[in-house]
Amino acid sequence: MRWTLLIVFAIVALLASVVMGPAAVPLSELLHSDIVWNLRVPRALLALLVGGSLGVAGAGLQALVRNPLADPFLLGLSGGAGLGAVLAIALHVSGPWALPIAAFVGALAALGLVYRLGLIGGAALDPRILLLGGVAIGAFAAAVTTAIVSLADAAELRNAFLWLWGGLSGASWDTVLIIAVYAPIPLVVLFAASRPLDLLALGEESAGYLGADVERVKRRVYLAASLLTAAAVAVSGVIGFVGLVVPHIARLTWGHRHRVLLPAAFLGGGALLAFSDTLARTVVAPRELPVGVVTALIGVPVFALLLRRWT
Amino acid sequence: MIELRGVTYRYAGATRDALRDVSLSVGPRQFHAVLGPNGSGKTTLVRVALGALVSSSGTAQIDGKSARDWSRQDLARVIGVVPQREDNLFPQRVRETVLLGRYPHLTLWGAERTQDQEAVDRALRACDAAHLSDRWLWTLSGGEYQRVRLARALAQEPQLLVLDEPAMSLDLKHQMELFELVRGLVDRQGLGVLMITHDLNLAARFADSLLLLAEGRPVAAGAPAHVLTQETVQTVFAWPVAMQTIDGRPQMIPLRKREESRA
Repeated sequence: MRWTLLIVFAIVALLASVVMGPAAVPLSELLHSDIVWNLRVPRALLALLVGGSLGVAGAGLQALVRNPLADPFLLGLSGGAGLGAVLAIALHVSGPWALPIAAFVGALAALGLVYRLGLIGGAALDPRILLLGGVAIGAFAAAVTTAIVSLADAAELRNAFLWLWGGLSGASWDTVLIIAVYAPIPLVVLFAASRPLDLLALGEESAGYLGADVERVKRRVYLAASLLTAAAVAVSGVIGFVGLVVPHIARLTWGHRHRVLLPAAFLGGGALLAFSDTLARTVVAPRELPVGVVTALIGVPVFALLLRRWT
Repeated sequence: MIELRGVTYRYAGATRDALRDVSLSVGPRQFHAVLGPNGSGKTTLVRVALGALVSSSGTAQIDGKSARDWSRQDLARVIGVVPQREDNLFPQRVRETVLLGRYPHLTLWGAERTQDQEAVDRALRACDAAHLSDRWLWTLSGGEYQRVRLARALAQEPQLLVLDEPAMSLDLKHQMELFELVRGLVDRQGLGVLMITHDLNLAARFADSLLLLAEGRPVAAGAPAHVLTQETVQTVFAWPVAMQTIDGRPQMIPLRKREESRA
């Protein structure tokens, strides 16, 4: 029943994002329209992949850092990506892929720094320091970004900001293909860590005594979740709330076993983002709302309703 | 099973050894209790025995193989551990948490099999917790919660159990029930048990063999009547006591300071 509802929602969300849009395409011409094939279909697929990745990354990170407020972007990646993008523009790096690549490199740099900080106490990765280090690196990157912006020509940097908050308007078959090849690797790593993540909820000592290789699991989950997020931010900017709220909705509906939770978070995140993006494109057409606004407007009330089940 | 020989361990930055020259051997059908004041090295001993810490000298072996060389998954198939504390990040039901004990027997992608569910049923029954199966963990009383954690360790189908203060903060009836349960597992299922406890009297009543630690050093080891003498207990715990014997086991009664001077 729960799965049926989720799958129906996902299908409806994908169909809606193909059928609806600012340009009126009659249903009879749907299959032959360039707008549909080259804009709407790749955009819907990218929403599914990016939203799903954010949902799974968020669920994994919440279990890893033992904090239900953890969000894929809390660990410094959005700051790093933003800095990368702004640097690329300030240094006049041009080309169609300059921004995504610069953002991805920035996110990877933040990831590396935070990971190194997490190991500061010795050989064991400390999730509490990951969380604090992530917030610190994110703030530092934001400060450098602001410094660059205040020193450079504001007009050319508007692009970087718009792009960071810009959602899925950059979707093309190329981005879909890149993400479709890239995302499955970290996704499989996270799915494979499902049972150890269940054990980790009992604390590291108990998890070890129940047979989990705790250090290996922590490292894999952190790296895989961060690599997913870095790719997501590179192709679609910072889309908030999907990685925070979707895992919680999935937990409240499916329980805490990650074998079930992670697939539900993927499908739920993908469907929510596709649906939100359709609304963002159509509600105020021909203008477009940032999709993060819509994900928050939809996700938070649903979350609030489900919270009643916890009491 | 567990075999410690002359183990010494010092935490990084500490000024004295947490364990010094401790030996211990626990096999099947044996109930060993480790006693000692706070900070005497009991929990460190267990961590070294299970390979979570590496001793600076001496050897810690499990089934003849260095504890450190066991993969955590292989180890969890032969030894079930109930640590003193654990967290619960997410709300869980009793059956779910006991099913986690099957982890070391599952394959990476495979689902839980009938035999796993049966092992969970057996473990819950053995701990008199079958009726709790659908309850949320947070609704359990302290005694029920400890029985459920014991059931999770039993679901691992281990040959040996390591229990760290399992009866702490339980009332009399639940303490006695827990010790009876553990003793029954040793006698009826042939499990070996290594238990850390503060309760000298219950350890003396139920265990086959005691190891008394003080500041990381072994003070006495062997049968309860041999270890728990008035003189040893008074020295190690720095408090006057009287000893009595019940069922052939020594039982300790702490004295008021005044009574000692009267005696």
